[in-house]
Amino acid sequence: MASLQLKGISKRFGDVVALSNINLSIDDGEFCVLLGPSGCGKSTLLQIVAGLTSQDEGSVLVNNQPIDHLSPRDRDVAMVFQSYALYPHMTVAQNLGFGLRMRGIHKDMIWKRITEAANLLGIHDLLKRRPRELSGGQRQRVAMGRALVRRPQLFLLDEPLSNLDAMLRINVRLELMRLHKQIQGTILYVTHDQVEAMTLGDKVVIMRDGSIHQIDRPETIYDRPADTFVASFIGSPAMNLFQGNLIRAKRGFIFQSADFLLNIQDIPPHFAGNTVEIGIRPEDIEIAHGPENALRSKVEIISNVGSEKYIHTRIGSATLTARARKEETFVPGETISLGINPSKLHIFYNGKRM
Amino acid sequence: MMKGFLKKFLFIIGVFLAAGFSLAPFLWFVLSAFKDQTQITAIPPQWLPSFSMESFSSAVTRYGIIHYLLNSAIVAGSATVVTITLGTVAGYALARLPRRWAQIILMGILACAMFPQIAIVGPIWRFLRFMGWLNTYQGLIFPYVALTLPLAVWILALFFREMPEELEAAALVDGCTRLGSLVRVIVPLSAPGLFTAAILSFIYAWNEFFLALLIMTDPARQTMPVGIALFQGEHTIPWGEIAAASFITTAPLIFMVLLFQRRIVTGLSAGAIKG
Repeated sequence: MASLQLKGISKRFGDVVALSNINLSIDDGEFCVLLGPSGCGKSTLLQIVAGLTSQDEGSVLVNNQPIDHLSPRDRDVAMVFQSYALYPHMTVAQNLGFGLRMRGIHKDMIWKRITEAANLLGIHDLLKRRPRELSGGQRQRVAMGRALVRRPQLFLLDEPLSNLDAMLRINVRLELMRLHKQIQGTILYVTHDQVEAMTLGDKVVIMRDGSIHQIDRPETIYDRPADTFVASFIGSPAMNLFQGNLIRAKRGFIFQSADFLLNIQDIPPHFAGNTVEIGIRPEDIEIAHGPENALRSKVEIISNVGSEKYIHTRIGSATLTARARKEETFVPGETISLGINPSKLHIFYNGKRM
Repeated sequence: MMKGFLKKFLFIIGVFLAAGFSLAPFLWFVLSAFKDQTQITAIPPQWLPSFSMESFSSAVTRYGIIHYLLNSAIVAGSATVVTITLGTVAGYALARLPRRWAQIILMGILACAMFPQIAIVGPIWRFLRFMGWLNTYQGLIFPYVALTLPLAVWILALFFREMPEELEAAALVDGCTRLGSLVRVIVPLSAPGLFTAAILSFIYAWNEFFLALLIMTDPARQTMPVGIALFQGEHTIPWGEIAAASFITTAPLIFMVLLFQRRIVTGLSAGAIKG
């Protein structure tokens, strides 16, 4: 296994900047997830690491050695593709063994590794079948197996679960976590699904428009988003964000938006008069008995997700979503008061966290 | 309901008319091949043959068509193999080049294929004489490759373009070179495209007359179409033998197309990508 470092990677396609100055370092055995909306450059980055696309600037280092001059076959990385890219004219066993065969490994050894991987993934019954005779989940396993038998320094996974249906995706996700624990491999994983990113990643990298917005543990990404993009991208339903001015008050500050006022603490005094954005997650809002920052708002829509309810309310022209326990009942049009704990507020100045 | 029926009826009539129009001459010489000498020249024409093998045996023994057939097989077979090999490599490159540039090159190749044969035959002949290739197999194979390559490159480039690039990427990461991924992954999956290109190249080389007539003046090297054309003497046109030889020339082509038609069924690539 190996560590991976990306130093100042840039890539443009014609006039489009796909990646600009990407710096990232992944430790040996770490599960790193690249998360971002489609078109943010995360797949391009994966292809650059694999050697399938060449970067315009910057360097890829494995175990502190640059590998930029190496062709994909010499990089000792294995890749799992979104489409699985199984070879249709080969059986499952041939698919699994192909990479080893290309590297001139002895037949008996190849068979041993195929059997091992097949047992690990529970696909030993399928070895003689061809990809078209397999279900989506089985194909996904074969694709994983093809990477596993190689025992590469680095696993690259490009949205490997996005072609599975929802139920299966959850199961395979759990299996993937178990597998990672077992093989202790270094994994670079690309996804646009925040649940996958949060559950799988030791480290999550949030990308947009070819640049990195934040690199952190999943908990930190959620609790302390670095900017308004990360704040609004992570979390479902999304964080409530409001723009307004900071006004000096007797004790701390008052946040003044077009629609409401809110007490805010822990801000350096010289920020008075500045425009900021504040964010509050739906679960950090208390309904009905507001202590310090009680806001009166009108219930518009209630979405019941079973385990809890989300109440979409309106304060003047602003909308706000709050979480409620499933036992509580609300009626559209009803006026409720919302309590916001100042310590739970996220405050952003010029889009960046303060 | 009635309208649908009428539409279907007209469609079937149309198909039969088109097929009949193309097949009638073919049918006529097939029937002629099985007639004896008097039936062929009978007036009024006699439709049904007596299934005499007279013309066939005469074509083989008196006109020696077997060695024309052999020459044709060598020339057309070699030309097809070379064309498909070059076409595969060129087509793959063009399929993966940036589309704009590939399109320009493909157009250039197509333009080359549009020169009338009469315009290029002079230079070809002089070149072959310079090489000392007149009346040799390579003397005919070489121009046939040049003439069939454009179509083969077009068919294969368009076919390879439809191959998912992720398959190749997988092969590259798995340890193949570019050429290795072409040979081990792309080519096996492109069998339908390869067969189509091969059949068309083969038919062209098999049936070609003009160049063969000019380049192969030595009867020992002549191909079937030239051989048949030279059946007629000063005073006689042996229609029966010509029909029999034509039948023998055409039969292998029809047989091959029918045989490979089953392989020209796509769907081999199903399962590569989520179904």
